[in-house]
Amino acid sequence: MNASKYVYLDNAATTQMDPRVIEVMNEHFRTSYGNSSSLHSIGQKAAQTLVKSRETVASLINAKRDEIIFTSSGTEADNIAILGVALKNQNRGKNIITSAIEHHAVENSCKSLKNRGFSITFLPVDKYGLIDLRELEDMITEETTLISIMFANNEIGTIEPIKEIGAIAKKHDVLFHTDAVQAFGKVPIDVEAMNIDLLSASAHKLYGPKGVGMLYLRNKGVSESRGKFIEPIMYGGGHERDMRPSTINVPGIAGFAKAVELVKNEMPKEIEIQTNFRDKIIKNVLDNIGDSYLNGHPTKRLPNNVNLGIRFIEGESIILDLDSEGIAASTGSACSSNSLEPSHVLLAIGLKPQEAHGSLRVTVGRFTTDDDIEYFLEKLPPIIDRLRKMSPLKSNKKNIFITKTR
Amino acid sequence: MDHFQNPRNMGEMKDADSIGEKGNPVCGDLMYIYIKVEERNGKEILSDISFQTFGCAAAIATSSIITELAKGKSLDEALNITRNDVAISLDGLPPIKMHCSNLAADALQDAIKKYREKK
Repeated sequence: MNASKYVYLDNAATTQMDPRVIEVMNEHFRTSYGNSSSLHSIGQKAAQTLVKSRETVASLINAKRDEIIFTSSGTEADNIAILGVALKNQNRGKNIITSAIEHHAVENSCKSLKNRGFSITFLPVDKYGLIDLRELEDMITEETTLISIMFANNEIGTIEPIKEIGAIAKKHDVLFHTDAVQAFGKVPIDVEAMNIDLLSASAHKLYGPKGVGMLYLRNKGVSESRGKFIEPIMYGGGHERDMRPSTINVPGIAGFAKAVELVKNEMPKEIEIQTNFRDKIIKNVLDNIGDSYLNGHPTKRLPNNVNLGIRFIEGESIILDLDSEGIAASTGSACSSNSLEPSHVLLAIGLKPQEAHGSLRVTVGRFTTDDDIEYFLEKLPPIIDRLRKMSPLKSNKKNIFITKTR
Repeated sequence: MDHFQNPRNMGEMKDADSIGEKGNPVCGDLMYIYIKVEERNGKEILSDISFQTFGCAAAIATSSIITELAKGKSLDEALNITRNDVAISLDGLPPIKMHCSNLAADALQDAIKKYREKK
């Protein structure tokens, strides 16, 4: 790793914490160390911090304070939402509709329900990663209790038609959960206007600490017949309205709230800057590197996400070469993970396995500079050249590669 | 890492005596091994060898190392290069990456097999 310069372009994986968040958390580690359930002053000080933090986080998505359940992560929020709603409503029905491109936290929570007698409908997506609204409506049955569709995809950045999905869910009296871990703080979200009943988010994707997430849980407006529509998946001391027991991580939550406060003020500007970076990278690569293409939708995508397909070479090698130049990015190639299967998202949008292996995800963030983008765009082409020289696959050669269909 | 950043014996060989081919469809790797064979003292020797791969870093590094191990060896000796030899030469590979070294060893064996079939 080049110590003098390191360009971090993997902000969808996690973000560097904002120094202003670190400052707030340090303060709270010192002064709000009490247990927020305790009656004494230091405990009550922590409780006050918690209330204020809840209010701040709620305000970003037009929710009310008591609709926010703090969790340890986005993954935990997804698990509570899906398992909690499915199990609570199983007498009413045992079908859940989700998409083929969900994060594993949603996908595997749904799959775990299969073993308990639930049926899971995985909606396919088009080449951009968008679900078909008519197909969604057609798939809803008497048995359907929950629709869980992500706000924006973590790999290809595609933003789903959330408002329209919310309207369909409401029309059919089905609960609607969205995993907004990538979208929260990146694009405007309004749970009222979009008819979202449950929403997951995480602090570390927006310059906050790791180990803090939240689940928005609609309080009112859910059909009366449902009563309490969710049950906990963990049991303990009644924290977070009985939904998520355990002593509250007040300093972490205060950091989450600070991160939300910052993003609330800076979002319009950040969207503008990051969209410019995004489109500059896309244009430059597509113009200058042959046999490359964009994965995901050209405009219905997160401002900070670029996902490129680079033919004939393997993503992991690109990542390692970039790293040796001091650049951090990511890939949907199987070899980069513990499984050998290429990304289910890239396969779902119709890529062949060898194409999915050649994907490169570049995600910019608050601390990305013009220089960073220039440096990346200067270093990438020679890396692609080097790896392509090694590859037996060529554009003018008949591709003899054995493809495996799912 | 050195074998990944500076791979040895990389590239297509136009006048190869035989080309070994191996693909691992799960991981999506593809490997070509090109060999040139010479007779020396009645023995068939691998006088030259090169590779091309659409593969991850481990596949590139194992291809590089296997070509180094095999160069100058007789065909019988080269056939005995096992998957483990490659991993050991690379100071051990993580278990999940073992199939990448299999790819290189298997492609070499395929090249030798095809060479012998042609004769």
